[in-house]
Amino acid sequence: MSKDISIKNGAKLDLIGLASKEIEFAKDSTTHAIYPDDFFNLKPRMILKEGDKVKVGSPIFHDKNDERIVIVSPVSGYIKSIDRGEKRKILKVLIYREGDDKTNHQIIENKKLTKANIISLLLESGSWPFIKQRPYNIIARPDKLPKAIFVSTHTTAPYDIDYDFILGERLEDFQKGVSIMSKIIEKPVTLTVTANRQSIFSQIKNLDIINVKGKHPSGNLSFQINRINPINVGECVWVINPEDIANIGSFFKTGNFDSTRTVGVSGETVKNPKYYKAQIGSKISSMISKNDVNNFESNRYINGDPLTGTKVDFDGYLGYYNNIFSVIQEGDKYRMFGWLPFKDNHIPSFSRTSFSWLFPKNKKVNTNLNGDERALVITGEMEKFFPMDIYPMQLLKACIIEDIEKMELLGIYEIIPEDFGLIDYSNTSKIEAQEIIKNAIQLMLKEVG
Amino acid sequence: MNFIRKNLDKIKKPFEKGGKLEKFYPAFDAFETFLFVPNHTTIKGSHIRDAVDLKRTMVTVIIALMPALFYGIYNTGYQYFIQSGLEFTFLDAMLHGAYKIFPMIVVSYVVGLSIEFGFAVYRGHPVNEGYLVTGLLIPMIMPVDMPLWMLAVSVIFAVLIAKEAFGGTGMNILNPALTARAFAFFAYPTYMSGDKVWVSEASNIDGISGETILGSLAAGQNIDYSSIQMFWGSIPGSVAETSTLFVLIGAAILLFTGIASWRIMLSSLIGASLVGLLFNFWGANELMSFEWYNHLIVGGFAFGIVFMATDPVSAAQTKRGKWIYGFLVGVFCILIRVFNPAYPEGVMLAILLMNVFAPTIDHYVIQSNINKRKKRWVKLKIQTV
Repeated sequence: MSKDISIKNGAKLDLIGLASKEIEFAKDSTTHAIYPDDFFNLKPRMILKEGDKVKVGSPIFHDKNDERIVIVSPVSGYIKSIDRGEKRKILKVLIYREGDDKTNHQIIENKKLTKANIISLLLESGSWPFIKQRPYNIIARPDKLPKAIFVSTHTTAPYDIDYDFILGERLEDFQKGVSIMSKIIEKPVTLTVTANRQSIFSQIKNLDIINVKGKHPSGNLSFQINRINPINVGECVWVINPEDIANIGSFFKTGNFDSTRTVGVSGETVKNPKYYKAQIGSKISSMISKNDVNNFESNRYINGDPLTGTKVDFDGYLGYYNNIFSVIQEGDKYRMFGWLPFKDNHIPSFSRTSFSWLFPKNKKVNTNLNGDERALVITGEMEKFFPMDIYPMQLLKACIIEDIEKMELLGIYEIIPEDFGLIDYSNTSKIEAQEIIKNAIQLMLKEVG
Repeated sequence: MNFIRKNLDKIKKPFEKGGKLEKFYPAFDAFETFLFVPNHTTIKGSHIRDAVDLKRTMVTVIIALMPALFYGIYNTGYQYFIQSGLEFTFLDAMLHGAYKIFPMIVVSYVVGLSIEFGFAVYRGHPVNEGYLVTGLLIPMIMPVDMPLWMLAVSVIFAVLIAKEAFGGTGMNILNPALTARAFAFFAYPTYMSGDKVWVSEASNIDGISGETILGSLAAGQNIDYSSIQMFWGSIPGSVAETSTLFVLIGAAILLFTGIASWRIMLSSLIGASLVGLLFNFWGANELMSFEWYNHLIVGGFAFGIVFMATDPVSAAQTKRGKWIYGFLVGVFCILIRVFNPAYPEGVMLAILLMNVFAPTIDHYVIQSNINKRKKRWVKLKIQTV
């Protein structure tokens, strides 16, 4: 029997230009790239150098702190370049695509697979980085098994995608992935689905299905975990993106690393927003060309959703994890007396100092800050978008002053920066909440580990 | 618009990084952002942002203060003409009020904003919008005949000691506007109480009895005003706090826009009503038997709980904290009124007192949240052991 939870507080931010349910194969990308910054807290050390040949699944770099965690190539070809920034920090590894060679792993028969086998296969194949660990949302540590594994198909962020739609044809892979992962924890994987909606995942075995009801950010796993099985000091849980469960399943079926990435390309200026079947690190232009967007020059391209994503150039590449690619218009224009209440109601606002709520269809957004950063003055507004038993503003303040003990007590273990996306969006003082939390978690990792 | 923008861009040059007047950028920025919402785009965090900002929020509060201010201007003239027995029209009253009150507003803004700008330039941070509200509140809660230099000194004290000393907007413990009033109240008591300060020019005209209702009650005198008059506000008092009706219009704006906390307003109302009722039953003296509902519409109670107690910076910040804080503001307000005849109006001191205790209230509310989390951890430890 499935369980229901209802997450109150939050808001729906419907934006114009959501990807329609239509899937197209992305063109073959001549180059692919891996951005090491996509892996929070991972310190990359290169295994290969420029010019080295790679197959699908060849290790490219590993984590300095744990050499078992390797990031592998999503395609076959050779390493074209390794772009470095300040202090020789690796910004991007560029792979030129050639041929279709694959690294094949010997998969042991299902019945003989043990926990240790599974873990070492996941590590060797490069499928391990699909598994993230909470607290902190870092790549899971192979030595510490979780108390539960969570997968969320209940999506609520603006421009969020529909996993029922993209995984409809990969149910077998998904089932395989779920079975493998549940073997590790010796209990069912917890999967959340949107309440009151028929889900294709209800037929999957080894699942503990939980119906979630709520607006954004109820789709974020932090809030779901907090309600279902909260994380305490010393505990950890694993979270995996639904498509990556299918990728893991596919690996255990074929022995080849699967780098499928289905991406919903959304945006007001995208002429025909829809889904593209691409691969990890595909070139963005393999999905959309300059002609597919209006006002090409004045757009911002984002790997991820508009609240939490990372800015990327149009010449750039898809991120490692994201299923969303958003295009938002730049807002570098002045607005005369724009601070007057009830003026410029076309800008969506959760505040009643605007009449935008009277025009629910008008959801034109751009990247203007709509003000400037100020001291925290207004109280009680963050709680409206933070459906958890945590005081977000007090936690942020503890993070700003780097008071580790207070951060622990106020609940830093249960949250990740993305959970503050809507607070970033809505707060009056334009505080960069996600950035503050990110720095605080980095501090926690350094000091507490 | 383009013409203004172009000229602004020209003027902006020397203020930008590396320019001659770089240091004064915050001052320029304040003027520029007054005219235009800047073209700044998001760099970190969310790529899109809500239309609301602190300027919009503060301006909404100023709009909410307007009804009370306009009535205050009228009432200043009305009290003057009525008490001196002269014939007058609506316009006469407005003109007299404006003549008295505009200089106060100008002094408050000029003095206060100069200090704010000074600190912004000195510390290199943008000018915060908080003083736009404080600067209007201060003249609205002072007696009309207060000498302008006293007003200026009070403003200086409030901005320097109550606000900037603690780190500026968002960091202060006490509400700056009330601090200004409290300073004036204790520094210049003869100008802040008695029967000669509440009506314009009262000290120059014989025979004016301009005592406030609470003042008369404290002195054991009878009241000549009806509840309707108290609610409407045609009574002597500080500049703009007399009319409950017009304060309520402001409250409606604040509640509709969601800027002020309804929890604080409601719980203050409950606190004051309960204590008022209690005293009505007790009824040992004139003040105790003053009807509880009259307590709510007389003096600065309405103005205080709508515009002062709800100041988000100095009030409690947690939901439960707001209930407790508001309730106690109401309770202490009536307690001070009834038990302390030296301070006929208790709302100022009640709010300041609760401002001081607000962080403590929040501390305990948050501590209970922390304890809940700790308990979960302890339970877990027992299970694993």
